Amino acid sequence: MNAISIVLVIIVAFLAGMEGILDEFQFHQPLVACTLIGIVCGQPVAGIVLGGSLQMIAMGWANIGAAVAPDAALASVASAIILMKGGQGAEGAQTAIAVAIPLAVAGLFLTMIARTLAVPIVHAMDAAAENADFKKIEMLQWGAIFMQGLRIAVPAAALCVVSDQVVSNLLNSMPAWLTEGMSIGGGMVVAVGYALVINMMATAEVWPFFFIGFALAAISDLTLIGLGIIAVAIAFIYLNLSEKGGSGAGAGAAAGGSGDPLGDILNDY
Amino acid sequence: MAENEKKVALTKQDRISVCFRSTFLQGSWNYERMQNGGYCYAMIPAIKRLYTTKEEQADALKRHLEFFNTQPYVAAPILGVTLALEEDRANGAPVDDAAIQGVKVGMMGPLAGVGDPIFWFTVRPILGALAASFAMSGNILGPILFFVLWNVIRYAFLWYTQEFGYQAGTAITKDLSGGLLQKVTQGASILGMFVLGSLVQRWVSVNFPIKVSEVALSEGAYIEWDKLPQGGEGIKQAIAQWSSGMSMDPTKVTTLQDNLNSLVPGLAALLLTFLCMYLLKKKVSPIVIILGLFVVGIVFHLIGLM
Repeated sequence: MNAISIVLVIIVAFLAGMEGILDEFQFHQPLVACTLIGIVCGQPVAGIVLGGSLQMIAMGWANIGAAVAPDAALASVASAIILMKGGQGAEGAQTAIAVAIPLAVAGLFLTMIARTLAVPIVHAMDAAAENADFKKIEMLQWGAIFMQGLRIAVPAAALCVVSDQVVSNLLNSMPAWLTEGMSIGGGMVVAVGYALVINMMATAEVWPFFFIGFALAAISDLTLIGLGIIAVAIAFIYLNLSEKGGSGAGAGAAAGGSGDPLGDILNDY
Repeated sequence: MAENEKKVALTKQDRISVCFRSTFLQGSWNYERMQNGGYCYAMIPAIKRLYTTKEEQADALKRHLEFFNTQPYVAAPILGVTLALEEDRANGAPVDDAAIQGVKVGMMGPLAGVGDPIFWFTVRPILGALAASFAMSGNILGPILFFVLWNVIRYAFLWYTQEFGYQAGTAITKDLSGGLLQKVTQGASILGMFVLGSLVQRWVSVNFPIKVSEVALSEGAYIEWDKLPQGGEGIKQAIAQWSSGMSMDPTKVTTLQDNLNSLVPGLAALLLTFLCMYLLKKKVSPIVIILGLFVVGIVFHLIGLM
């Protein structure tokens, strides 16, 4: 990597670090961070492919309440830098991801440290508030965000200065069984993200929709957009019907039935 | 307000400024009071407009440095309501600290319960999966689509819900128990579950290429390569034979995967997902599961099962 690339990579890493906490523009999501690093290093396609693959894994990683998810920002930035330096192009995406996942875990500790360091920062804000010092509160807020940027930019800079040779030797020295095994693992790891999401959303009422989606997806002619259209349509139909069902039952009750003959028969048993 | 006329009012510019600043809500996220610094930071333009004396300003700043935590986007309607309350207060209405704090705390829980599933678990996974499926073939449209759509949705949501909160004032808290919000959440979870089901089928790859049987096919059931004519004609015939259902090889190899797929395509992926859900419910850390799956992948590959 040349000097300009390194500077640009560190800037992207800084953005990703800030976004890792803000969660607004999504610079820390693999799709965006890996693509940007790919572009500034002159290997856009490799970056995009890596971003897409890692996005699938990072799907359900979200900071809920005070809980901290694996660090998508560090995983994206580190895997992209490793891929760029390894020089394997898009081929190396799975290996780079496998190397980056442990780093994402290590990134958790950095996140916890940053969130602890933010405590004295808000105490300083309390003091500034006593004096109605708007400027100081704003400076402190920016200081905290800056610290979050450094959380990713510093490790990224460290990864950048490690010589290209070391990284590509490391990647090449990985035996085939290890890289193949890791990409098999990578294919399964996606399930963890989905499981996190499903655990949050699942209720007896919505489970059937999961299985409809599962069964329809086996038809490989249907694109994700097609599946999305079906999903939206089904959601609307269900919501409308359940509303009508509710009012229909009310009207039907007056007439002595629930408007659902089959249901009545089943209820009578 | 008794005289029915406001002494000070927030301008649209103030509200835009607050909305923009709410982007940095989580910037000073800390283990003590979580998003308090960001909330206070976002309120600064309004506090400057509404209060002139130093004491009032200091009180307002301290008021908004209290504990606060919600999903960062649904903070927008809460900010809107808070703006309305602060405005009333500045105009002499009897809105005390406890009322403002009460509204903030009362809204942040239920709204986080809506914001987390909608944004983190429906919109982002769906947009992400859609964009990632483009990106994995190296198409830059994937990342662009994701970035642009997400931010358009986000800014539209931030601005309109903040304005809604501002206009609705305290009425919004009553609306939370009403039907609309519940319907939106329900619709989102139906959509989410459907898409998750299809994502599990499409993208979780669990493959068992281990052979379970190898059967020699009878003549005529496979392409006899040595009997094909030379050149293009031969290729043409081979393709014709293959598409008519003849096998490429004289033996039919059935893998464990073929057997599983003939039951339900994607069954193994589904079972793996259920296993992960079970482990997560047993409070196994997702990180442990992720690392464990890599180990399983390597070990099973070494013994030839995967």
